[in-house]
Amino acid sequence: MSTSNTTTQEYVHHVAHHFDSAEEEYRTSKFGLWVFLMTEILMFGGLFVGYIIFRGIYSEAFAEASKFLDWRLGAINTVVLIFSSLTMVLSIYYAQHNQKAKVLLNLYITFFCGVIFMCIKAYEYAHKIHEGLLPGHMFHYSEQVAAHAPLYFSFYFCMTGMHGIHVMVGMGFILWLIRRAHRGEFSSNYFTPLECVGLFWHLVDLIWIYLFPLLYLVG
Amino acid sequence: MPPEATDLASKVDALYSFLLWASFISTMLVVGGLTYFAIKYKRTDKNQKSAYITHNNTLEFLWSFIPFLIFMGVFAWGWVLFHDMRNMPADALEVAVQGQQWDWTFTYKNGRRSSGEMVIPVNQPVKLVMASKDVIHSFYIPAFRLKQDVVPGRYTTLWFQPKYKGEYQVFCAEFCGRQHSGMLAKIKVVSQEEFDEWLGNDPYKGLSMVEVGHKVYSTRCVICHNLTDKKLVGPGWKDLFGHQVELADGSTVVADENYIRESILNPNAKIVKGFPPAMPTFAGQLDEQEIMGLVEFIKTLK
Amino acid sequence: MSSAPGVNYLNEKSGLWSWLTTLDHKRIGIMYMIAVFTFFAIGGTFAMLMRWELFSAGKNIVEAQTYNEFMTFHGAIMAFMVIIPGVPAFLGNFFLPLMIGARDVAFPRINLLSWYCLIIGAAVAFYSLIYNGADTGWTFYTPYSIKTDNGTTILVAGVFILGFSSILTGLNFIVTVHKLRAPGMTFFRMPLFIWGLYATAIMQVMATPVLGITLLLLIAERTMGIGFFDPTLGGDPVLFQHFFWFYSHPAVYIMVLPAMGVISELITCYSRKTIFGYRAIAWSSVGIAAVSFFVWGHHMFVSGESEVVAILFSFMTMLVGVPTAIKVFNWTATLYKGSIIFNAPMLFAMGFIFLFTIGGVTGIILAVTAVDVHFHDTYFVVAHFHYVMVGGTLMAIAGGMYHWMPKMFGRMYNEFWARISFVLIFVGFNVTFFPQFVLGAMGMPRRYYDYLPVFQPLNRISSIGAWTIGIGFLVVLYVILRCIFTGEKAPDNPWGATTLEWQTSSPPPHENFLTQPVVTGGPYEYK
Repeated sequence: MSTSNTTTQEYVHHVAHHFDSAEEEYRTSKFGLWVFLMTEILMFGGLFVGYIIFRGIYSEAFAEASKFLDWRLGAINTVVLIFSSLTMVLSIYYAQHNQKAKVLLNLYITFFCGVIFMCIKAYEYAHKIHEGLLPGHMFHYSEQVAAHAPLYFSFYFCMTGMHGIHVMVGMGFILWLIRRAHRGEFSSNYFTPLECVGLFWHLVDLIWIYLFPLLYLVG
Repeated sequence: MPPEATDLASKVDALYSFLLWASFISTMLVVGGLTYFAIKYKRTDKNQKSAYITHNNTLEFLWSFIPFLIFMGVFAWGWVLFHDMRNMPADALEVAVQGQQWDWTFTYKNGRRSSGEMVIPVNQPVKLVMASKDVIHSFYIPAFRLKQDVVPGRYTTLWFQPKYKGEYQVFCAEFCGRQHSGMLAKIKVVSQEEFDEWLGNDPYKGLSMVEVGHKVYSTRCVICHNLTDKKLVGPGWKDLFGHQVELADGSTVVADENYIRESILNPNAKIVKGFPPAMPTFAGQLDEQEIMGLVEFIKTLK
Repeated sequence: MSSAPGVNYLNEKSGLWSWLTTLDHKRIGIMYMIAVFTFFAIGGTFAMLMRWELFSAGKNIVEAQTYNEFMTFHGAIMAFMVIIPGVPAFLGNFFLPLMIGARDVAFPRINLLSWYCLIIGAAVAFYSLIYNGADTGWTFYTPYSIKTDNGTTILVAGVFILGFSSILTGLNFIVTVHKLRAPGMTFFRMPLFIWGLYATAIMQVMATPVLGITLLLLIAERTMGIGFFDPTLGGDPVLFQHFFWFYSHPAVYIMVLPAMGVISELITCYSRKTIFGYRAIAWSSVGIAAVSFFVWGHHMFVSGESEVVAILFSFMTMLVGVPTAIKVFNWTATLYKGSIIFNAPMLFAMGFIFLFTIGGVTGIILAVTAVDVHFHDTYFVVAHFHYVMVGGTLMAIAGGMYHWMPKMFGRMYNEFWARISFVLIFVGFNVTFFPQFVLGAMGMPRRYYDYLPVFQPLNRISSIGAWTIGIGFLVVLYVILRCIFTGEKAPDNPWGATTLEWQTSSPPPHENFLTQPVVTGGPYEYK
């Protein structure tokens, strides 16, 4: 049993009573997370299907409307999220090697990437709200645009909004991991929560990787 | 089933009969098997043993494949008929149908409009081009075994060729709010001559709603009512709209659109003070266009 | 550890708080039972009121608007709060771990969370009644559901939360079946009830999220006017139907597949004979789950979908009929050369087979495009789905309830009154719903507050039947209460059944088994 070198008291993870071993608990938890990710893919899938249908019907309007998005901000956000997935993986690696300080460092960086992402998002949203580029009936841009541009913005806000909520939920879970990591709960014997949150964070990243070209790089 | 008013209806009924028989026979086989085994293998002794039979692949195959064949058969039969239903004939008489909460309006190519009743000639294909003004409705004619949803923002179509003269019921078959169950209409199938006469004989052609109302008044209402405040058999209509009316039971009510409509369709619901309950109902005799015309006309009487 | 004699999951801890914070799947199952039965009583009351109004043409007790609200709530409550959770969350939660020889489900805290999602979702749904609830029907079709000015948004939000209850239950069950089976229990040694729950869980996990996003979009449409379903903004109201039925068709198999699993258990136990065609039944459960995702358009033959699309969906629907028929034939064949008793659970099981067969064949009738054009949105459809939901699932819940009551409470139920409940429910059910097939054929549309006088005689018969079912379920309640409080003490295995839950005490201890069971053969080795 190896110990972390900055805690005074060794943390022992208790395996839940209905599992035969820590190994069984670990494998079961990961499997459960994968099943949960399936549900997320199906939920976002509904939005993607709707978007593809309407983009097919109103391709010109959607192409025109997407010009209101700044692809450079979207690209920065993409890089930020991909990088944060890397740091998330690193935090797991260091936990497996009992290096608590590096676990914490990488968790903090991951969280901070989330903050950057949400700030850029907030900036983009503020700009659109200011210009009146809003969904459906709330659309009130000052100049003439394609007739179905409001529908594009409905998708933009629903899809990035749903994604943004997931980013924030992920950030909340990372804070929880930070707290547990501070207490020395993760080691080479036990890093299940890191892996599970990591899987979730990778999905959030993956969804953005699809959103970015579909919304920002149309036309 | 309702009467088979078209050839297609008869064909649908034939397929349905087959389905009913096939269903009945298969259900009886299952229930018969269940009942027979239940009686024959009832546990009479506490230690009565059962046979150890785990499966039989031949049986499994048979009772998968035979139903599959039957299903494919009815699927194909249904496809043929369904294709007929969807295949709009080129030379059909077209009628535009508008569904709205909660009535049906029919417009013919020459501009003739009617609401609540569609008149068409017998033995001719008729194509309906339908749209909704508000929410989804569904135009359902049981006697023709046909229905099609009526959707806002697009047209949907339906066609039929009635074989016999008569009156056929139409229902709305997609929930559309409070009066969904009251959104009824009739299709009246008449001879070609009667149809031609009806079509050319639009009594309200080119008239505004107020003019329609005035016309209805002068043919149907003038017998008992008048346009001043004189008291004849029924009350006068001058200054009626928007004002309080005193009823025989002592209560008062505002004469708004609903009050006027109710007075026409259900006159005994509210009797005006000082008048006998003598007004007959005009339900079934005045259509929507005429009732709404009367309301507009009464609004102008100040 | 509760290995002390006489200590079981019911009495090891007491007090309401110990129940509300429990992580024991058996207690959670009981809490689901109480919740589901309560919601059933409420939904059933709405049904009784509807049938009272429909007793005669014209107005009887309420106005059209109120009737439409009753109709919506009856559907929403029954679909989302009773029939979907009914078997999996109640009987499944209690018996899945026991039947696979596990100590609990994979994620007990998520299990408890799923119960709270049911309760909170239901509370939100009922809260909408303050704003006159909703009058859209449980299907919430746009544009009417966007325009109607009442508590629809709140009801939809409640249903969204209820969806999580289903997703979390499904997630738990998939993982539990994969990871926590007892040593020696391969997939093909699992009881068929578990196969039913497993196939259902796959559908719960994959279909419900689509409902979730659809309902969120409906709420956004109502509150912010986003326009996906609004033709004035370029949206398509029929798109809502596609999204809704993509979930709701698998949903109806979520409703029935676990019930079929229960029937497999009852038939084999009460014929004291190994199930005929185990693998066929197991694979048919998975087959139904898989094909169920490809038939949603059969609810939309007249909605405006093209001929090609309609034909494809009709074909796929025929395909799903085959595994369903396979099950019915295998159950019947199980009785051959069996040793059969006719206690209440067996009566319900046989009643299920009869009524579900009728429901199933009428489903095939509706799957034929040309015939569905006439029958769509008529009482024929109402009769069809009540035959499979009530004649099917509800009978399975009742039968399963009686079958497993000795295990859950350690007490026997009263056989005489249980059989009375069967007779009342079976007869009442047929009197209520068979005439509705005829009404549909005659052309009476559904969701009708008022109807033409020609439809009255059959409506009257139907209403009388409905009240009979109501009395039947009151008898069920009586039997349950009498069992719990004054039932005769039950042995560990009163039926001589072979599945693992009967190899532990009645009621079971907290840990389910005193020693880890090891499985060496199939689940139904009656020899």
